[in-house]
Amino acid sequence: MAVSQKNEPQAADVNELLAPATKAPEFTLQFAPREMFSLSESRGKPVIIAFYPADWSPTCGDQIGLYNEILPEFQKFGAELLGISVDGPWCHKAYTETRKLHFKLLSDFEPKGAVAKQYGAYRSADGLSERALFVIDKNGVIAWSYLSPIRVNPGADGILEALENLPK
Amino acid sequence: MTKLKTPVSAEDHVQGPGDADVTLVEYGDYECPHCGHAYPMVKRIQKRFGDRLRFVFRNFPLTQAHPHAEAAAETAEFAATYGKFWEMHDLLFESQERLGRDLFLELAARLELSVPALNQVLEDRRFETRVRADFSGGVRSGVNGTPTFFINGIRNDGPSEFMELLLAVDAAMEESQSLRK
Repeated sequence: MAVSQKNEPQAADVNELLAPATKAPEFTLQFAPREMFSLSESRGKPVIIAFYPADWSPTCGDQIGLYNEILPEFQKFGAELLGISVDGPWCHKAYTETRKLHFKLLSDFEPKGAVAKQYGAYRSADGLSERALFVIDKNGVIAWSYLSPIRVNPGADGILEALENLPK
Repeated sequence: MTKLKTPVSAEDHVQGPGDADVTLVEYGDYECPHCGHAYPMVKRIQKRFGDRLRFVFRNFPLTQAHPHAEAAAETAEFAATYGKFWEMHDLLFESQERLGRDLFLELAARLELSVPALNQVLEDRRFETRVRADFSGGVRSGVNGTPTFFINGIRNDGPSEFMELLLAVDAAMEESQSLRK
């Protein structure tokens, strides 16, 4: 089993994700050229943050494509999905249009990876975000976090379970 | 370790005996090129293990990326109601580059199924609920793209290439045999 992961560095040793019950750090990032989005704009509803290494790379493509497909399942919980990578807003724009994505991709671009660092989800050696997931409750507190091996698409089962477990 | 949450049931499309040592479940999309690539591999693996392997196919159409995937899945479900799921499943993968309504109707004719009936079923999206049920179950089980394989209920996170998949199935065979001893 899991032949490909044998040589995978244990990312968890490098990074410590912000843990549940921590207040989610506020941020403001561009999601499209000249358009800004702040986490606090989503206060009052659950937020899913998917940090991912890069637009266009195949595994991310599958992960982002998968989330695009199952967006209705997230929306059943009234949740908003945000993707965050270090790619610039024009890159996100092209990627969003090509893949017909229906959720926001935010650019953690300048200073590079600043938000990922705040969440403990930055790989300094590679200059990329980890593949890390957060579910934040309607009061802006982290309810669940998960760090995936960078080459493994984490799917959405953990997110859905975390959303189900949120206090009503 | 990510586990299959929806057990194999009478609702499933199954090849191989219920008491096989290993059950291989694939979540697949008829329009996904990786699934098209996996299709002959799975056939070879089935041939190799014979009755020791049970194979289950579940729908996981990525409709945002693949415009024909949903209708293809519904076409196979239509064929299933006439006991011809696997024939249609195979024909769809074998003609993956021509997916579309014309092909679906042509394949129905080839399998001696009613062409107008299939046309109506696709218009009414009569099997959409069935396909969505597979999809939702897959999402809950941690399906993370297509194809996703589960071997005896555990998601296979290794590469979905012939040798890796064969070795993973083989390892599960050995494990199940040592448990029997």
